Amino acid sequence: MKFLAAIGRTTLIILAAIGRVSLFAWTTLTHLLRTPFYPREMGFALLNIGWLSLPVVGLTAIFTGGALALQIYSGGARFNAEAVVPQIVAIGMVRELGPVLVGLMIAARVTSSIAAEIATMKVTEQIDALVTLSTHPMKYLTVPRVLAATVTVPLLVGIGDIIGIFGGYAVATGTLGFNKAAYVQNTIDFLQLRDVVSSLTKGAFFGFIAALMGCYFGMNSGRGAQGVGRATKGSVEAAAVLILAANFVLTGVFFSL
Amino acid sequence: MIKLDNVHKSFGNNHVLRGVNLEVKEGTSTVIIGGSGTGKSICIKTILGLVIPEQGTITVDGIDVTKTNRDIFLARFGMLFQGGALFDSLPVWQNVAFRLLRGSLAKPKGEARAIAIEKLRRVGLTPDVADRFPAELSGGMQKRVGLARAIAADPEIIFFDEPTTGLDPIMAGIINDLIREIVTEMGATTITITHDMTSVRTIADHVAMLHGGKIRWAGPVSDMDTASDPYVDQFIHGRAKGPIASVR
Repeated sequence: MKFLAAIGRTTLIILAAIGRVSLFAWTTLTHLLRTPFYPREMGFALLNIGWLSLPVVGLTAIFTGGALALQIYSGGARFNAEAVVPQIVAIGMVRELGPVLVGLMIAARVTSSIAAEIATMKVTEQIDALVTLSTHPMKYLTVPRVLAATVTVPLLVGIGDIIGIFGGYAVATGTLGFNKAAYVQNTIDFLQLRDVVSSLTKGAFFGFIAALMGCYFGMNSGRGAQGVGRATKGSVEAAAVLILAANFVLTGVFFSL
Repeated sequence: MIKLDNVHKSFGNNHVLRGVNLEVKEGTSTVIIGGSGTGKSICIKTILGLVIPEQGTITVDGIDVTKTNRDIFLARFGMLFQGGALFDSLPVWQNVAFRLLRGSLAKPKGEARAIAIEKLRRVGLTPDVADRFPAELSGGMQKRVGLARAIAADPEIIFFDEPTTGLDPIMAGIINDLIREIVTEMGATTITITHDMTSVRTIADHVAMLHGGKIRWAGPVSDMDTASDPYVDQFIHGRAKGPIASVR
């Protein structure tokens, strides 16, 4: 009986957490459409989440694309399929690695930063101060960040895809002896519009998840430095797991279309 | 008038407010005293709607605070938080003019900045502070910026949460005098929370002592020293021995 009670308790805790996050997401979405809007906050969020994430996204993508080219070449050599490097790098980066790695990098860089910032604001009563100054914290803090991430992460994914493919191109043409023009032509011929659409769509979902988790854990953080630490850690863990789970679901959806 | 009627609030098993009854008359300065952790801050946070009580009613000018338009209601208030609660990402003048830059009280940027600088001057800070960030200021300066923010929109009601905590005696005296001046000149209704008896004597028209989740004693500041209540007597004289346990 104790075992069943433990399962029941855990199930209730998980369902309650899902309910709270869903409610938070719904509240955020409803605030997206209602005034007032805070363009200055939105501008800063766009800059911080989009522009300032470019270096880490670019570096992640270029190394991944290069490594992917080497792996495909050595793996493909086992059954005389070395020539498929351009096609597999392109499809691997655009459909899967680009969006997932950018999503995870955003979770590491942006989710943690949002959670720590908002949790610190909560601990130091800045959130209460916002309320007393007639400013809704969801509108002022959550909406600009979630909106900015949902808009900019697809762009980052697109850029990451291109840089990743370039990484594969650089390795394949520089060390594996591929013809430059043929590599580019093969990549262009093989990629389909639906690959790009699925990549950017995943980016939008991952951006939404990353920012939402940062805001949720920040707004619900405990007291003191330990509370801020827990909120930050929890936000990154939740964002990373949800991004990977969403990737599986979205891949299934695109696969079935 | 602000009226709290039988207000209860718990956090888990910690029953912080156990039926608080308090009246604050318009244009007066009331100071709430009491030991650490007795729920003084929670008391004013319930009035602002930052904490929702489980039981009881709170009215401002006869209107239930839970049944009023929040924006209009909050526009009547200013609050100085214990730690200042200044927004790190904004320069000082934008902190002070926060309410004047957005929402129903929004003014053109230049005008808002001019008001912010005037309010900073009012609390004894020079205009060069306006473009600094909160992290560049000392604790006393942050407190004064918080005070300037609290009065920036000339609110009718102002709450001061531990306005002199962590300040040296001279700075505490300056802040006390400022609050008294603001109360007198602006005619605002104020509630101040403090442990500092010098602050109480400088700021208060009326004093209320919160203990055991209830208002233990309330009356004019002139009656405080002659109050027969042993809890008040122990607290205002800072005695270790008395009905208030030293281990809480």
